[in-house]
Amino acid sequence: MSLLQVTGLTARYGDFQALFGVDLTLDAGEAIAIIGANGAGKTTLMRSISGVLRNAPEMIRLNGAPIGALPPDAVVAQGVAMVPEGRRLFASLSVEENLLIGAHGRKDAGYWTLQTVYDLFPILKEKRHVPGVSLSGGQQQMVAIGRALMSNPRVLLCDEISLGLAPVVIRDVYAALPRIRDAGAAVVIVEQDIGQALKVADRVYCMMEGRITLSGRPEDLSRAAIHDAYFGVSA
Amino acid sequence: MMWVDTVVQGILLGGLYALFAAGLSLVFGIMRLVNLAHGDLIVLAAYVILLVVSVLGINPFLAAAIAMPVMFAFGWLLQRVVLNRVLGEDILPPLLVTFGLSIVVQNVLLEGFTADSQRIGAGSLETASVAIGPLTLGVMPLLTFASAIAVIVGLNQLFYRTALGRAFRAVSDDPVTASLMGIKPASVFATATGIAMVVVTIAALYLGMRSNFDPTIGPARLIYAFEAVIIGGLGSLWGTLAGGIVIGVAQTVGAAINPEWQILSGHVAFLIVLLIRPRGLFPRSHD
Repeated sequence: MSLLQVTGLTARYGDFQALFGVDLTLDAGEAIAIIGANGAGKTTLMRSISGVLRNAPEMIRLNGAPIGALPPDAVVAQGVAMVPEGRRLFASLSVEENLLIGAHGRKDAGYWTLQTVYDLFPILKEKRHVPGVSLSGGQQQMVAIGRALMSNPRVLLCDEISLGLAPVVIRDVYAALPRIRDAGAAVVIVEQDIGQALKVADRVYCMMEGRITLSGRPEDLSRAAIHDAYFGVSA
Repeated sequence: MMWVDTVVQGILLGGLYALFAAGLSLVFGIMRLVNLAHGDLIVLAAYVILLVVSVLGINPFLAAAIAMPVMFAFGWLLQRVVLNRVLGEDILPPLLVTFGLSIVVQNVLLEGFTADSQRIGAGSLETASVAIGPLTLGVMPLLTFASAIAVIVGLNQLFYRTALGRAFRAVSDDPVTASLMGIKPASVFATATGIAMVVVTIAALYLGMRSNFDPTIGPARLIYAFEAVIIGGLGSLWGTLAGGIVIGVAQTVGAAINPEWQILSGHVAFLIVLLIRPRGLFPRSHD
């Protein structure tokens, strides 16, 4: 049984249908990447899994248990944490308070504590008393990742964590990934940067217009197939 | 010397207005809810204290301590059952609902306690005074002011030193992201309104001991509370105290010039501050 299983997921905003029957699986310890152009439905998928958008219960299962209709706080309590697109740090909280908020919904102790997050991102310890939003983009992203880790999730959802960051900063942020996986979290990475996604993921799903158009292991996917799945097949 | 006395009395009166306003400021700061029934809830709490005093025959401070958990529960339920349903992007539904609540509270009090004006008796405390240098200050105004400071220090400690306060600030910044962190905005809001009702009970205690009250005086207290919150800057608790003091001093100075000007000069001071600093004296940096 997969850790996370998405089956026939549909989502709509009013009259606009954003997802048309998305299927996806994530095994324990695995890292998958979801790639696709703007508007392909990647963020809608993340919002559905995290509970911001409610769905039919059985469309999303965690360890077999239906979680599709749960509100976000209940989804976190089940062990699915989210690094939201655009980081969304709390403006009136310091770096450390932002991290502590992440532990709010935690039920059990685990590997991730303030100390281990500071070990992962030492710069955050230095800046722990300044407002989170005063940091640079890359450091804010580290806070957002650390904040999600504080709940000791079984599944970590990372929505566009490289967005708006310089390449060298992206490398720093992604350098944390192996240790996050070693600590036991399965990871879902949403990326627009195909190269980055293929490098870090065990499997890749490509989305276009609300559907999964291609999936497989990075080494099995040709550049041309990804191109077609990403942009549509050219006539 | 008379002017110094007038200003000091005004500052102490400001403590009362800050107490009226602190609950309003707390609720607005966390959930952007403008509670038009705030004044009536203060009056409701005054009647609860009065009821406890007359049934149990205990002193008003003890009675207020008994009324606090009752009002906390009332606020919690009010938020949970009614107000959470109308919070959202649109600010009109909460305004309409709290406006309606204001009318309901007034009429329930009218039915239950008649239109007779009431007072919470505090015995010799009502007229006690202390001489400080050339000034003679009433013990009751001093207690009011000290309570206002204590309430604001307490709320600030709660906000900046506790996990609950952290959750308050996070939900205030961004409720959706807060829920992604495992926080239930609906229950955080309920707790906040419960705490606001505890503050309202403290305000009601002094309202009832210092002056007569009847079921219809709520809306006027709401105006003072509003003015104090807006002068201070929305969401800033120390600003709310400053706002209360501005109104209090303006009222006593106005009354010293001409007794008819007391209420008017408080409102004029409010308008002047709005003209010069539309966002208040201590606005929050982000919003």
